Amino acid sequence: MTQSQSAYFLSDAQPPTRRHTVAVIVDNEPGVLARIAGMFSGRGYNIESLTVSETEHEKHVSRITIVTTGTEKVIEQIKTQLDRLVPVHRVVDLTVQGEALERELCLVKVRGKGDTRVEALRLAGAFGAHTLDATLNSFVFELTGTTEEVERFIRLMGAVGLVEVSRTGIAAMSRGAEGMLEAALPDGAQGR
Amino acid sequence: MSREMTGAEMVVQTLIDQGVTTLFGYPGGAVLPIYDALFQQDSVKHVLVRHEQGAVHAAEGYARSSGKVGVVLVTSGPGATNAVTGLTDALMDSIPLVCFTGQVPTHLIGSDAFQEADTVGITRHCTKHNYLVKSIEDLPRILHEAFYVAQNGRPGPVVIDIPKDIQFKSGKYEKPRDNQHKTYRPQIKGDLSKIKAAVEMIAQAKRPVFYTGGGVINAGPHAAQLLRELVRATGYPITSTLMGLGAYPAHDQQWLGMLGMHGTYEANLAMHGCDLMVNIGARFDDRITGRIDAFSPGSKKIHIDIDPSSINKNVKVDIGIVGDCAHVLEDMVRLWKDVAGQVDKPAIKAWWLQIEGWRARKSLAYKNSSDVIKPQYALERLEALTKDRKRFITTEVGQHQMWAAQYLHFDEPNRWMTSGGLGTMGYGLPAAVGVQLAHPKDLVVCVAGEASVLMNMQEMSTAAQYRLPIKIFILNNEYMGMVRQWQELLHGGRYSESYSAALPDFVKLAEAYHAKGIRCDDPAKLDAAIMEMIDYPGPVIFDCLVAKEENCFPMIPSGKAHNEMILPDFEGDTGEIIDAKGKQLV
Ligand SMILES: Cc1cc2nc3c(=O)[nH]c(=O)nc-3n(C[C@H](O)[C@H](O)[C@H](O)COP(=O)(O)OP(=O)(O)OC[C@H]3O[C@@H](n4cnc5c(N)ncnc54)[C@H](O)[C@@H]3O)c2cc1C
Ligand SMILES: Cc1ncc(C[n+]2csc(CCOP(=O)(O)OP(=O)(O)O)c2C)c(N)n1
Ligand SMILES: [Mg+2]
Repeated sequence: MTQSQSAYFLSDAQPPTRRHTVAVIVDNEPGVLARIAGMFSGRGYNIESLTVSETEHEKHVSRITIVTTGTEKVIEQIKTQLDRLVPVHRVVDLTVQGEALERELCLVKVRGKGDTRVEALRLAGAFGAHTLDATLNSFVFELTGTTEEVERFIRLMGAVGLVEVSRTGIAAMSRGAEGMLEAALPDGAQGR
Repeated sequence: MSREMTGAEMVVQTLIDQGVTTLFGYPGGAVLPIYDALFQQDSVKHVLVRHEQGAVHAAEGYARSSGKVGVVLVTSGPGATNAVTGLTDALMDSIPLVCFTGQVPTHLIGSDAFQEADTVGITRHCTKHNYLVKSIEDLPRILHEAFYVAQNGRPGPVVIDIPKDIQFKSGKYEKPRDNQHKTYRPQIKGDLSKIKAAVEMIAQAKRPVFYTGGGVINAGPHAAQLLRELVRATGYPITSTLMGLGAYPAHDQQWLGMLGMHGTYEANLAMHGCDLMVNIGARFDDRITGRIDAFSPGSKKIHIDIDPSSINKNVKVDIGIVGDCAHVLEDMVRLWKDVAGQVDKPAIKAWWLQIEGWRARKSLAYKNSSDVIKPQYALERLEALTKDRKRFITTEVGQHQMWAAQYLHFDEPNRWMTSGGLGTMGYGLPAAVGVQLAHPKDLVVCVAGEASVLMNMQEMSTAAQYRLPIKIFILNNEYMGMVRQWQELLHGGRYSESYSAALPDFVKLAEAYHAKGIRCDDPAKLDAAIMEMIDYPGPVIFDCLVAKEENCFPMIPSGKAHNEMILPDFEGDTGEIIDAKGKQLV
């Protein structure tokens, strides 16, 4: 039992949490991102990564990819809470669909001379990163990969003069021929 | 067919086309064009409130008692921020509202202009949806969409923020077309295979209970009718939440009374001991469940709700059916005929026997007095003297609200208006204004506490202006009684700031508002005083001086399960009821 002075029944039980990637197709109307981010903060859910971009310009449709962690119950709530927002077309839990493809892009700036500089370039090559900019004492690399790869790369760059990192967050998609808007509706989802 | 008109005219034309006859509002700089358009027509009646919070609660009362959408019009900045409590209240209780807010002209947005507030930002969390209108071309679509969103699916408040320049601009207005919304399409029909499984489960239950809520009221009188058919066909017991009162007639034998924190013994024990719980349009609120881990431990649960996010939110259920109550109930009533034969009659009889045993505890009994008016007695008399009329009740928030739920009986839906989810003191008086406007010929009584009623007392002025004969029945215990009760139970009787000091003279206050004031402190004179209130053709404030330290029982104390209720005949030290562990939970 918790020590909090709450007006409600509280419990200390902590069921296991899992990481889920959820894709949301929305009408790109003003404030839609605030609405979604606000739903997460207002209800106390986590956002680990959020990416958003208009994917169909003529229809003003955007795709938002959210990585979140929570108990099974919380993940279910997140999906139904997203789905009831008025501008939301469709919510798909890519983690439940299994083995979704997930990639993110990072830009990394390193500064150094002599051996560190050589080592930075060698590591970047080993990871298959592109060199976007070079000066006599710096590089900017671009790497696209899974979150784990990106994190490993950034950690290594720390040893060779890391100055700055910029990451996109995760873009994700299910495998196979089926598109997200065609896929069979998951149990309980609203027919749209 | 489209017509050319200004944005302000479009707002008024939309009201006409959506069948709105009454709106509640308060003018200001940023909505003057709309007020000008209202001035030049007489299809829509504008009701001038005295505070924007009052406008929203009045619209809620109007909506809940009539089944229509409540409409509000307020100015930018302070007008909009004053409306926020009402909007939140409507969101929590699923009341369909459309609220128009004025906004500073488009080119000034973001410049901290005079009476500018980020209305869509502020109201994003307390509306079902909201819009900032950025061009006159978008306005007609948004206007009609707002009415669609407010009423369809789980109802709720919708805000349309309209900059002043858009109100002046001309554009093409189109009448609403009832095509589907692009993205928002709530599921109305339930999944038939799940409904079949549910009906089978209901037929095989040995200790079933129906637990119904505000969703049945939201679904309209037809849903209440179908609920009655199903419940009667099964012969099973039924209880309802505070928000669901009236969907099933309170005078029926199968009715167990309200459940939850201040519900009856029989309702709560039936919920605790059942083997099947059928939740129809209720949301497993914490005032119902008490400790979640001890909530109805031995039952299977069916949940019917139009909002998928309500299902499995607080309590995991065995069958969740997403759909509108009325549609699902219609299927259930039809399918019941095929399975009715499976009912285990001896088991149901034994279950009823057990329930009758609980009922015999008479958990709503109280010790009456001939010296002082007991609040329960006052409500029993109000019930007795008004029950044969077409009567609408609103309440404020506190002990009086719970007593009203316990001692007044509702046989019809839409007759009971209370702030359940947000528990907003100040709701009842303006709500009564709205109800009376929707039902000009009927008796509208606001059961109030002396503290709550002061929060929107200014709306008496609205009642006076529109000659609304609302009856404000104050159970005056000179305490914020609900707070005092918790302090007695939890904080050693240290009544910190819960005494209603320096109260106004309510009789004189009534007179100041051109209303009638009545005071009564004698149980023997109470009936005559109540009759005087009912018979008076105008607004009345009734100052009913009641026992000051009466507690509202039964009560499930915090941290306890349904089978650990405190009953009114409890004798002992109330300070000892809740143990140290429970006190932390409160
Ligand atoms: C001081 C105080 C004490 C209280 N004590 C109690 C108490 O003892 N007992 C009690 O019951 N309450 C009590 N309440 C009220 C409580 O806080 C909740 O407001 C109430 O229990 C919720 O009622 P509900 O479950 O019926 O849900 P509502 O808030 O009415 O929600 C309705 C549900 O139905 C769904 N729905 C809406 N429309 C439809 C439709 N057309 N078809 C299907 N589903 C639909 C919604 O999605 C929602 O899940 C108290 C409040 C206060 C202020
Ligand atoms: C706006 C608001 N502020 C505070 C509260 C907390 N609160 C709940 S009941 C209550 C006391 C109500 O007193 P009164 O209106 O006299 O009713 P009583 O309980 O005495 O019947 C208070 C302060 C609330 N519900 N709403
Ligand atoms: Mg009081």
